[in-house]
Amino acid sequence: MRSGPALEVDRLLDDPRTRIIVCCGSGGVGKTTTAAALGLRAAERGRHVVVLTVDPARRLAQSMGLSSLDNTPRPVPGATNNSAAAEAAGGSLHAMMLDMKRTFDEIVEAHSDPDRAEQILANPFYQSLSSSFAGTQEYMAMEKLGQLRRADEWDLIVVDTPPSRSALDFLDAPQRLGRFLDGRLIRVLSAPTKAGGRAYLKFVTAGFTMVTGVITKIIGAQMLRDVQTFIAAFDTMFGGFRERADDTYRLLQAPGTAFLVIATPEPDALREASYFVDRLSSDQMPLAGLIVNRVHRSPAAHLSAARSLGAAEVLQRVPGSGEGPLERGENGHGSESGTAGRRAGARDRRRTPDAAATTSRHPLTATALRLHAERMQLAERERRLEESFSAAHPVIPMAEVLAQPEDVHDLDGLRSVGKELARGVRLS
Amino acid sequence: MWWPGEDSLVRVRPRDTDWEGVRLHVVTGKGGTGKTTVAGALAIALAAGGRRVLLMEVEGRQGIARLFDSPPLPYAERRVAVAPATPTLPGGEVYALAADPESALIEYLEMFYNVWHAGTALTRLGVVDFATTIAPGLRDVLLTGKAVEATRRRSSGRLCYDAVIMDAPPTGRIANFLNVATEVSGLAKVGPIRGHADTVQSVIKSPQTAVHFVTVLEEMPVQETLDGLAELRGLAQGGLQLGGIMINMVRPVDLTEEQLHAAADGTLDQHELDTGLKAAGIEDRRGLAASLAAELTDHAREELAQRAQRTRLADAGQPCYDLPLITDQMDLAGLYRLAAALREQGAA
Repeated sequence: MRSGPALEVDRLLDDPRTRIIVCCGSGGVGKTTTAAALGLRAAERGRHVVVLTVDPARRLAQSMGLSSLDNTPRPVPGATNNSAAAEAAGGSLHAMMLDMKRTFDEIVEAHSDPDRAEQILANPFYQSLSSSFAGTQEYMAMEKLGQLRRADEWDLIVVDTPPSRSALDFLDAPQRLGRFLDGRLIRVLSAPTKAGGRAYLKFVTAGFTMVTGVITKIIGAQMLRDVQTFIAAFDTMFGGFRERADDTYRLLQAPGTAFLVIATPEPDALREASYFVDRLSSDQMPLAGLIVNRVHRSPAAHLSAARSLGAAEVLQRVPGSGEGPLERGENGHGSESGTAGRRAGARDRRRTPDAAATTSRHPLTATALRLHAERMQLAERERRLEESFSAAHPVIPMAEVLAQPEDVHDLDGLRSVGKELARGVRLS
Repeated sequence: MWWPGEDSLVRVRPRDTDWEGVRLHVVTGKGGTGKTTVAGALAIALAAGGRRVLLMEVEGRQGIARLFDSPPLPYAERRVAVAPATPTLPGGEVYALAADPESALIEYLEMFYNVWHAGTALTRLGVVDFATTIAPGLRDVLLTGKAVEATRRRSSGRLCYDAVIMDAPPTGRIANFLNVATEVSGLAKVGPIRGHADTVQSVIKSPQTAVHFVTVLEEMPVQETLDGLAELRGLAQGGLQLGGIMINMVRPVDLTEEQLHAAADGTLDQHELDTGLKAAGIEDRRGLAASLAAELTDHAREELAQRAQRTRLADAGQPCYDLPLITDQMDLAGLYRLAAALREQGAA
């Protein structure tokens, strides 16, 4: 049994001082679903919520009324007006999907005159930077978050972080882009285009020639020219980028922000979660808790895996046969047939219930007992993983969400995830 | 159980595979689907029968080191595992490499321009970082370039590796990653990188390369697989070869069709469970039969949902391979089982 404190989700959602909830974690752990479920629950409890999502599953997006990436918050149909309680609570739910290139374009348009903006937007280097630079998506997610917060139209913003290589990228990438755009090297490269740079250049000509020489070797003269043109046009905006990234970073450290680290009970996901938790604490970012998705538990936990397997074996013991039902020999025919035959063979075996089910006196019960044993073993492994996480981070509140047999893709599904999140008691 | 044993590594002849002639296997997949594990299993499967393969990662995660329980890998090729020997065939060797764009760039400069002495200075100045940053495609072409180099490398006339397996970036980025040579070619119109990019592209868009997708039978990973396949099909015009769909973490089905549907509908015969439990000598005091029925219902619904996803994948027109769920902590024995499954089905 676990000892960590339980995460009180409703208290977090209901507290008017909570203005931003950031859902982070490694890929494939259910961040988007969790963010959507939290947003919906908060709205139905009376908050005015916007969910900012980066890369939702298609059906989940559709369920939230997001048919395309349009960078503008849209009301989620059916989120509040279908439920009398929510209506009475006076909440609302909007959702938007991030369009990173559009967000970048908007920054450019807002900070330069139309001619210059046009020049920048048409620059080939800008185009690749704004659509494929490794940190652009994270930077723009942060930028959009800052914009939504400043607009102050919603009293709660729930953000789902981009699918990064590592959960930490979300914190580091924006500053990396800021540093890059404001960096010294980019200034050195831009120096020849600026009158004021000449005097400085006298001293560094040799170094400059070496640097541009190598860069030309690597990327080609044309691209270097594109970069220099871009820098010249972008000039007025330099400095602003790092500042913006720093502003958003500070916003994340502010008291109204709550981080939720999302994981699944698997070694890799919990390891990432652990890195993230350590990082948040060293950066003084407010961590609200850990949410563990897709947890397996059994409704019949009093029947142990060992006993269950033993019972299944009793049922499978067929009179007159001392052997177990697992026949290896049937797998051997693959070598003679061609590829297609082999694959068809694999399919057939898949579809054939295993020998135990047909020879046992109570095949259904034997199967049920074996499945139960598997589930108990899985639950046990998951519990051990969570326990070692708790041991390393004893004060972090946790909540668990049970694995669902089917994917969540409508508001009802999101509601029940929200309900589970809010149950507030740890599963045993 | 239909899962093959390790002995099926023996039974399949080494040449009898779906990807004959492929020497560079690019393995992609959504995060959380077990991409690195499957890439590792594929490497072992391809190494079986006395061959030597290189397993390469490109994202700096040290996932291969974790998978093989070895210390962090340097930018150098190290042997991490052997494929099992058989009575007729010797064991194979799996080498591993953790590639990063900075080292690859310095190596590239060294090889082509003999400027290695500038390498450290360039790193200190941030030029390497800068160059790989301002040309987003450059990072990728350096990494794919490294894989291509290993694929073509010869030593005293013989190929160094029989196959190279790349644990590639996730599905969402794979098209950009592989198409990057084109992107770089477009950007650096006369730059020397272009020549390099063209070489890379000619190998990637050839029958020597195949791109495999790892997925699990859940909606979003399947959707990403289909999207990724569609995107790569666009590139396939240029000769890029789509590979197999590796369905990971497949659980064996233990129910008959009839039982499966009854369980999914919640109309299972609980009386049958009751009698069964009694026959097994288990006294049902706390509604055990009902709990077990509920577990069967979950299992059946999951299975039916997975079947729907399987149908979607089958429609994609690429060969699918099943990899069994390994319930224990993944170790070498688990990898051998997955490798055996891949060979049994003709993937390697």
